Amino acid sequence: MKKIFYIFYKDFSSELRMRFALNALIMFVVVAVSTILFSLGSESVAPNVYAGMFWVVVFFSAMSGLSRVFVSEEERGTTLILSLIANPVTVFLGKFLFNLVLIFFINSVIALLYMFLFQEFLIQNWNSFLLAYVLGNFGISASSTIIAAIISKANVKGTLYPVLAFPVLLPLILMLIEITKSAMEGNPISDVEAELLVLISYDVVMITASILVFDIIWRD
Amino acid sequence: MKNFWKFLLFVLMTIVIIGTFVPPIVQYPKSFFEFPLIPGLEDKARIIFFHVPTAWLTVLAYLLAMFYGIRYLKRKDMYDDIKSVSAAALGFVFCILATVTGSVWAKFTWGSFWHWDPRETSIFILLLIYGAYFALRSALDSEEKRARLSAIYSIIAFLTTPFFIFIMPRLMIGLHPGSLEIDPATGQVRASSNPVIKFEMAANMRVVFFLSLIAFTILFFWFWNLAHRILKLEHVSQKEI
Amino acid sequence: MNEIILRVRELKKNFNRRLVFDKLNFEVKSGERLVITGKNGSGKSTLLKILAGVLTESSGSVEYILNQKKIDRENIYQIIGLVSPYLVLYDEFSAFENLSLFAKIRNLKISDDEINKILTRVGLLERKNDLLRTYSSGMKQRIKYASAILHNPLILLIDEPTSNLDIEGKNFVEDLILNFREDGFVIIATNESQDFKYGNRIINLDEYKNNKNK
Repeated sequence: MKKIFYIFYKDFSSELRMRFALNALIMFVVVAVSTILFSLGSESVAPNVYAGMFWVVVFFSAMSGLSRVFVSEEERGTTLILSLIANPVTVFLGKFLFNLVLIFFINSVIALLYMFLFQEFLIQNWNSFLLAYVLGNFGISASSTIIAAIISKANVKGTLYPVLAFPVLLPLILMLIEITKSAMEGNPISDVEAELLVLISYDVVMITASILVFDIIWRD
Repeated sequence: MKNFWKFLLFVLMTIVIIGTFVPPIVQYPKSFFEFPLIPGLEDKARIIFFHVPTAWLTVLAYLLAMFYGIRYLKRKDMYDDIKSVSAAALGFVFCILATVTGSVWAKFTWGSFWHWDPRETSIFILLLIYGAYFALRSALDSEEKRARLSAIYSIIAFLTTPFFIFIMPRLMIGLHPGSLEIDPATGQVRASSNPVIKFEMAANMRVVFFLSLIAFTILFFWFWNLAHRILKLEHVSQKEI
Repeated sequence: MNEIILRVRELKKNFNRRLVFDKLNFEVKSGERLVITGKNGSGKSTLLKILAGVLTESSGSVEYILNQKKIDRENIYQIIGLVSPYLVLYDEFSAFENLSLFAKIRNLKISDDEINKILTRVGLLERKNDLLRTYSSGMKQRIKYASAILHNPLILLIDEPTSNLDIEGKNFVEDLILNFREDGFVIIATNESQDFKYGNRIINLDEYKNNKNK
């Protein structure tokens, strides 16, 4: 456990020093949200459209920032030292933790911006929204981390990332949109019970599968 | 007889083609060689004999590609990767065929080319996965990495299918036969009550349908066999240079 | 006293269609010093990476046996130190930060004093708080040695031991190799004939290139 935390800690202090991901990510979120703001103008949209737009922005910010964990190691050639000081499972979980914290942070920024800028983005059932938010972040982080590990070995990393991640993340995003819609309409949590359970199994399946296959990706 | 199956394929394909286009469609079929009329479908019902097999082969090819991908990971044999990629390439072709035949038919039956019904959506996602698979392969220049990483990607993408199966009927109204829908009263998933969706094939159509599935499957394995043998020859000849 | 054995059986590696080496068989035991040599591109670095467990072999096996017990592949990083020209450390951190991070990730109980001691040994104590990106290539080579001996490994794998080093640095390396812990062993990959004297056995990889077409 400690080892995993220190892998995270290494990336975290490196991020504080180099700002690989954070600055770009925050700017990305600002740009994406203001594009939506400008394109809407003064028109008001049905509330549940915001649920979709919220997760779309989350998806694309994940696609612009979460690949750094492996791409930066690969680009700087530090993959070797990392594989000499820790076993693959530790490396994966450390990177997963870092992405998890990053996506939690970015996701909160997006949620706050939405609540502040769009009056119609009103969550009526906080319980189901928060559950979806937490479980969704776990799932996004797991899938993004393993896909990031795959594309870090490829030549064209940037464009390939969303292409590979989209089919894998799509069921998750669709479920999150459904739950968010229901939360905005103020439906009781029992309405989305099945969706939440499926969300949990998505997280479990993706995290377990990633741990199992990561070793094969990681060792050249 | 070594080429028995080629002969079998020829016979089956002939039966399927004749069986698809020759039998007249009548309101009350009297003989075995007449198809019943399905209101709203008429002659357009005949597509089922070609469209469904292509969709089936798309899925079969994906499973084969994944199977040989996993086998490559176990045995590190380049020929497993060659088999995997030739299955994927054929699957991609059949996936495009299924999408195109389906959407042309949808234009004339349902009124527009695309409806995002669950099965249209799943074939679209499969198309995306095939596309991503080949994009990934072309971005990796080392043979081993290409084989290894594309196999892993096919596994990860496959793992999402149960979630799609769960989520899709909840989001989209099914138009395909056998689609599920959400009961508005209870919120439970149930079989659709729409007559066109509930439609069941007459016995004689069923015969042609299953013969067609068999014929197309044999055709696929023939293609696949040729494709991976050609790739294998290319692989060997490049090695000697 | 530990006893460690490295057993390499029928090891083969090819990159795509190019065979690097084939039918490699050898054994190394505690107290030995093995020198691996061969022309440029003969696969010395590749072999060392496979031995360190960071690269997979095409076929054959590499086994580490510590006190009659086979060590799992995932755990050999704990007993191995590698120095290689391919090794790149984190250049946004200082030498001290690099070592202390590695110690934490490895979960070593090691004090700051002990890290300073290692930095003194490799002669980097005065510059320990400078970021690695300001280091010269010789200093980078020294910090690689520090990171390789940080966890007091049983096995030291050194690729091109003296590249970029001055006299003082070469003396340190010589001392490190010749006085390495007796229950461990050292494998050196080199082309410099003056390094051959460190080994009590030499393997020439050029002799493992048969089967060129297969």
